[in-house]
Amino acid sequence: MNLNQIIKEIHCDIITGEIQQNYNFTKAFSSDLMSDVLAFVKDDQTLLITGLCNQQVIRTAEMIDLKLIIFVRGKNPTNDIIEMAADNDIVLLSTSISMFDATGILYQKGMRGIRV
Amino acid sequence: MKFEYTISNLDFSTAGEASSNIKKVLKLLGIDSKIIRRASIAIYEAEINIAIHSYGGKIILYVQENSIKIIALDKGPGINNIDLAMKEGFSTATHEIREMGFGAGMGLPNIKKCSDEFSITSESGKYTRLEIAINI
Repeated sequence: MNLNQIIKEIHCDIITGEIQQNYNFTKAFSSDLMSDVLAFVKDDQTLLITGLCNQQVIRTAEMIDLKLIIFVRGKNPTNDIIEMAADNDIVLLSTSISMFDATGILYQKGMRGIRV
Repeated sequence: MKFEYTISNLDFSTAGEASSNIKKVLKLLGIDSKIIRRASIAIYEAEINIAIHSYGGKIILYVQENSIKIIALDKGPGINNIDLAMKEGFSTATHEIREMGFGAGMGLPNIKKCSDEFSITSESGKYTRLEIAINI
């Protein structure tokens, strides 16, 4: 799925980042545990769906070169978090729906999980 | 080449800064991206461990011809049972730390997975010293 499709399907607000038309994602990982993200996400084409909203989410994404984070349950990052993401070319989106629903909708549209 | 970083305890706003800097250094040195990824995960987990479990410490990075060597050293409660600490899912982290997204008991096992050489020594009530190497 490309970024525009994702934004449309789960009703996202764009928090930061230029919307790159060529950003495509086939895999997603949904978690509030950053240690699990670090342990299980193997490639940088995976997007992260999380309800955790702090600096360590951005640091985690930076360490494993993730390009897209979707905050669920209406979480909106503070300015320092947004700046940190922008510095690392990470796109941040936010949606008011739940992690389960966001994951389910994207799965229905062809997105898949990763092997753990 | 040697790089040294001081890590504060319980400072979640700055935790990860050393790892971020080290990652940039490794990129500038032209290290292979897969190696950088493994090193970054290991260093970041080690930095978080110092921040959440110790009274403060440091991370020392040596970039050598054939390997990256990382020493993470802290003063603190130490680890009573290293075998238990190495089990996936085992954690002594508090509720507050779990709310920050860590304390899942994946840190040390994940550091080991990312490393070619791994050793950990600790004395209860005094220190923990983690030493890893990743072949370039």
